[in-house]
Amino acid sequence: MPLIVISIIKAAVVAFVLLTALAYVQWIERKVLAHIQLRVGPYRVGPHGLLQPLADVIKLITKEGVMPSHVNKFFYLMAPFMAVALALISISVIPFGTKLEIPALGFSTPMELTDVNIGILVILAISAVGVYGVALGGWASNNKYSLLGGLRSSAQMISYELPMSLAIVSPLLIANTLSMRALAESQAGFYFGFIPKWHLFQLFPLQIIAFLIFVIAGFAETNRVPFDLPEAENELVAGFHTEYSSMGFAGFFMAEYCNMITICAVATHLFLGGWQPIFPAPYSDYVAPLIFLLAAAFLIFHSLQTLKTRTWDKYTFPAFGVIFGGLGAGLLGVVAFVPWLREAIIPLFWFVAKVFLLLFLFIWIRGTLPRFRYDQLMRFTWLFLFPVALVQLLATALVVALWN
Amino acid sequence: MADIETPAAPYLEETVIDSGTTREMTLNMGPQHPSTHGVLRIVIKLDGEIITDAKADIGYLHTGIEKQCESKTWQQVVPLTDRVDYLSNLSNNLAYCLAVEKLLGLEVPLRAQYFRVMLSEITRINSHLIWLGTSAIDLGAMSVFFYCFREREEILRLFEFFSGQRMMTSYFRIGGLALDAPRGWRKWIKKFLDVMPSRIEMWENLLNENPIFKKRTQGVGFISLEDMLDFGVTGPMLRGAGMKVDLRKDVPYSSYDKFTFDVPTQTSNDVYGRYLVRMEEMKQSLRIIQQCYDGMPEGDWTADAPKIVLPDRERMKTQMEALIYHFKIVTEGFRVPAGDVYQAVESPRGELGYYVVSDGTSKPYRIFMRTPSFGNLQSLAKLFERVPIADSIASLGSMDFVLGDTDR
Repeated sequence: MPLIVISIIKAAVVAFVLLTALAYVQWIERKVLAHIQLRVGPYRVGPHGLLQPLADVIKLITKEGVMPSHVNKFFYLMAPFMAVALALISISVIPFGTKLEIPALGFSTPMELTDVNIGILVILAISAVGVYGVALGGWASNNKYSLLGGLRSSAQMISYELPMSLAIVSPLLIANTLSMRALAESQAGFYFGFIPKWHLFQLFPLQIIAFLIFVIAGFAETNRVPFDLPEAENELVAGFHTEYSSMGFAGFFMAEYCNMITICAVATHLFLGGWQPIFPAPYSDYVAPLIFLLAAAFLIFHSLQTLKTRTWDKYTFPAFGVIFGGLGAGLLGVVAFVPWLREAIIPLFWFVAKVFLLLFLFIWIRGTLPRFRYDQLMRFTWLFLFPVALVQLLATALVVALWN
Repeated sequence: MADIETPAAPYLEETVIDSGTTREMTLNMGPQHPSTHGVLRIVIKLDGEIITDAKADIGYLHTGIEKQCESKTWQQVVPLTDRVDYLSNLSNNLAYCLAVEKLLGLEVPLRAQYFRVMLSEITRINSHLIWLGTSAIDLGAMSVFFYCFREREEILRLFEFFSGQRMMTSYFRIGGLALDAPRGWRKWIKKFLDVMPSRIEMWENLLNENPIFKKRTQGVGFISLEDMLDFGVTGPMLRGAGMKVDLRKDVPYSSYDKFTFDVPTQTSNDVYGRYLVRMEEMKQSLRIIQQCYDGMPEGDWTADAPKIVLPDRERMKTQMEALIYHFKIVTEGFRVPAGDVYQAVESPRGELGYYVVSDGTSKPYRIFMRTPSFGNLQSLAKLFERVPIADSIASLGSMDFVLGDTDR
């Protein structure tokens, strides 16, 4: 098959999966947040609100986009488009697994869109340009709250770019590469047979510090609690997207979640060993089927109890239980008997699992912490995070230089 | 007052960002804004993120309740007082009833007094819960809001159990209570007393030592004690500045002198201090409720005043005299001797006073309400002096005003 056809197919698959994942990350966020806050969350549309993202998408698409008369039309329309486009582009250099190889067809392709040898730089560059979407949106709305939101956002994102870049550099120094794929591959293996050789566990405790700095800066980059000042509802109504409705709003919304996924994916590749499993190989392969089978057992067990929730759970729980059970059994079969498919699926599973773990952290923090004040946020990055990142980087560089 | 030492405002010297020559921006916050807690409009002038000038524009929730009172009979005013401060209704009921009882020279039986104290304290917890939830959500701590509303729901159920209404209870009437406490009230109060301390502990665990919460509240929202006294600020705000004023202790009413409780104070005079004061007040309220629960006297729940208090249905249907009184009270109301009286109670927000003037008829001549929210809100301009927007929101939450209470 010519490369271009494969690339187009892959792009379509990635775009579809990513956009669906975006919608469902939002569902997960609403559900998790709701349970933290003693609520139920989405519940009405589909079983346990599973079709809520679809309903939201339909609503946002069909809704009238109100454009206030006082906006700068060109930038007003461009800002959300820019935000979402840039957010979606950065996923193209992130590998999701090793490679998909079908021996029967003699077909082989790496599981990513492009393997750029400066992948991490591309992501940094794109996320830096991403500021424009928010800043322009705030400015072009010609609304005072939006202006303040855009202002806060651009100052915050530029400030946090620095410690973030410094935190990124130290794993790069260890791995001696800029390609995401090479980064992930360099973290294979285990110390003493059980501690994974992830960057997180190397040069203890320098890389743990780097990881924490990266995650904190990631929170600020994606405008999440406790750094959600640009859209601080209680101060600035909705911040930079106050004047946006319909797809304009959806653009910013999608960009936020897409950035979140990107940050989590980059953190996974830099520090958490990409798709490298947490246990040595033959055992770790069975984790994925086990999780699905456990989920199936859980659902079927609950469907046999007298349920106090939806009456429909009588039917949907066993149905989902059977689906999960089938998936689990299928995976078990794949792991045991189909080596070429196992090579593709198991790394993918580990990668996605780590990304979702980090996403869960993002959501958890949102349900727990209050918000910083603007000057505290700036002081935190310039007087604490930046020096710590610098010292950490120097120490890492020194150790790496002496080691080699 | 002058001997109480208040710390200097740490914010004013430290973090004013000098942005050179810039143009000021006028921002119209409200009347619809997520953190004005009602329909309050604040016109603020901004220099970057720093507020240079703020003016509160109140009156959007003016309902004319004070004027309406003049066309109602004395008893009919009680439901109106519920609607003044709709988050602490029973405190309003209490202040009004005590004022009219003072004019009438009525002695309310001890059981009714104890119930009044108990329910007023539950009201205080209820009101503080809403304050805690909303001021926490203003700082971005979303979950606390929902935790507070779980307990508030329990309290509202308790009110419904007592009076049949969740919010507008009108449970205190002139001369006592509307009804005796329903059977099984001990079980409800016991459950409430059992569960609340652990819940308060949970919120304190969430917020007390939270570094971000402390950063956002400590040293924020400073206003000097002299200014507060000039503006007529009362309640937890004054106690947060180290002044030990509490009408329950200073001018005991409704047998508050029979209970032992402390008046918590803090000297930090900031949002965090006010937070600590209110949290401690909730615990003290629980103490008072516990004492009411333990020492609830038996007896009547209304005063022995047949010309004022409605007879119960049983007597009304069997006794001629009771029927006549019932008819008289319902059709034209009872007469209150001419005179005027000022009765203040310690509402969750501060001094809530009712100045009641009677001309000897069955309708009040004039009722003036000295509401704590109005006084507390006057400090807004001072609190907003050269602070960032984010701090202004924090101080706004710490004032704990209710717009219905402000505008009447």
